[in-house]
Amino acid sequence: MEFKTFVFYFFAAIMVFAALRVITARNPVQAALFLVLTFVSASGIWMLLQAEFLAIALVLVYVGAVMVLFLFVVMMLDINLDRVREGFWSYLPLGAIVALLMVAEMGLVLGGNYFDLFENKVPQAAADATNVMSVARLMYTDYVYPVELASVILLVGIVAAVVLTMRDRRKTKAVDPATQVIVKAKDRMRVLQMPSEKQG
Amino acid sequence: MVDALQQLLQGVFGPVFPLVWTLLKIVLIIAPLLLGVAYLTFWERKVIGWMQVRIGPNRVGPWGLIQPIADGVKLLMKEIVIPSGASKGIFLIAPMFAFAPALAAWAVIPFNDTMVLANVNASLLYIMAVTSVGVYGIILAGWSSNSKYAFLGGMRSAAQMISYEVAMGLALVVVLMVSNSLNLGDIVKAQGRGMFADNGLGFLSWNWLPLLPMFVVYLISIVAETNRAPFDMAEGESEIVGFHVEYSGMAFAVFFLAEYANMILVSTLTAVLFLGGWLSPVGFLPDSIFWLFVKIAAVLFFFLWIRATFPRYRYDQIMRLGWKVFIPVCLIWLTVVGCWMMSPWNIWK
Repeated sequence: MEFKTFVFYFFAAIMVFAALRVITARNPVQAALFLVLTFVSASGIWMLLQAEFLAIALVLVYVGAVMVLFLFVVMMLDINLDRVREGFWSYLPLGAIVALLMVAEMGLVLGGNYFDLFENKVPQAAADATNVMSVARLMYTDYVYPVELASVILLVGIVAAVVLTMRDRRKTKAVDPATQVIVKAKDRMRVLQMPSEKQG
Repeated sequence: MVDALQQLLQGVFGPVFPLVWTLLKIVLIIAPLLLGVAYLTFWERKVIGWMQVRIGPNRVGPWGLIQPIADGVKLLMKEIVIPSGASKGIFLIAPMFAFAPALAAWAVIPFNDTMVLANVNASLLYIMAVTSVGVYGIILAGWSSNSKYAFLGGMRSAAQMISYEVAMGLALVVVLMVSNSLNLGDIVKAQGRGMFADNGLGFLSWNWLPLLPMFVVYLISIVAETNRAPFDMAEGESEIVGFHVEYSGMAFAVFFLAEYANMILVSTLTAVLFLGGWLSPVGFLPDSIFWLFVKIAAVLFFFLWIRATFPRYRYDQIMRLGWKVFIPVCLIWLTVVGCWMMSPWNIWK
């Protein structure tokens, strides 16, 4: 077996194991950590495909930012696992249908080349340019409108999240830094002169 | 001499020679780094002592020079207490999560023209990705301790680190725009070109001057990112308990090592990205690795200096500075540099 094949199976085995543990781990924090391991293994496999930009971006964005926020939320939840598991059998048929649909859709997308579904082929990167450069060039030439559209959608998402959390701002006791900075000792403290009461 | 050693090892190890050679190089980076971490703690205590008109550690060995080793031995001998109800596996893994990224990032740091362990194209991206993993050590330590104080401390410092990572990332985007590369070696070489460098005043061509606002943002962000004073919300030695209250002995020491290793790493990055790496400041002196070390030492001294100088920020002030001051400044400067590069006055051709 070639060394590269060994590396692929090594990452793939860890990834499949970790992905299974994500849905079987009892503790939600451990499940989230296994999801992190899944991302890291996936990034290793992408690295084998010489997609180093995507591989590093996966670690940077998903492991470094998204999963940290995810862990924040999961850690602060107080989950009663028995209550969660109660309705397992009654939800199973619906869940199975959704899962099958998702597998079918993913199969169609991932096997698109095989089934000859795509109308225009993804352009091949120039051999001499680096990974980042070719991605950037495609993003800002051929795909500039989809990229702009996606960024506007993300921006709307950010604004929406901020607006949702700012709805009951009145309750917070935030201080205005400008008024804090401008304050003088005179405004806060008054020095009084008093004659002493007791003589001698 | 290096060639002779290379040939000797090639004869001894045969086909596994490249592996042995790489391991040797890794040891050559890590060993001085750990020694640097140990003596950075000592130097910090000395410098802050002098600034506060004290003497600092001077009992162990001549001028107190053996002090860090004595501290290390003390921590090694101590018991590692695992709290009851703690998630034991995660509790023990968390310090490694904090420490390992600070070491792994050194793989792509260029020491001079040719001296770099892995000369990869996307080395700046790699550094950003690897260092962003370090925050796991903090949240996992806080959560797995099964203690409310540790948990709140972990949340506090993790939120702080994530906030300042955004500003840092934007500052780095500006640097890579003007260098036209993600490779740290190329970023350094790009700083050696320009009007001033041609006239023998290299230090005016480095990124710190044309990107001064980004340099300031980066310099302050790295202090917040490493949880150092005046942004030491993670743990304020005597006042605030942080994510590692429940840690003792070597497990605590690893967090301590991680903090100082991270300081050295971000100082090196500042030296490479903004202060011209191994380039000599003036034309008549040759470029050498010596300059890199001088610059790292200068940035490290800056860390210690502000620790002795400034009072601690309040938490809401930290968040305000990160989100409402640094990020808008970065976004505006990003646009300014973009327009500058497209204009006829572009100095980075």
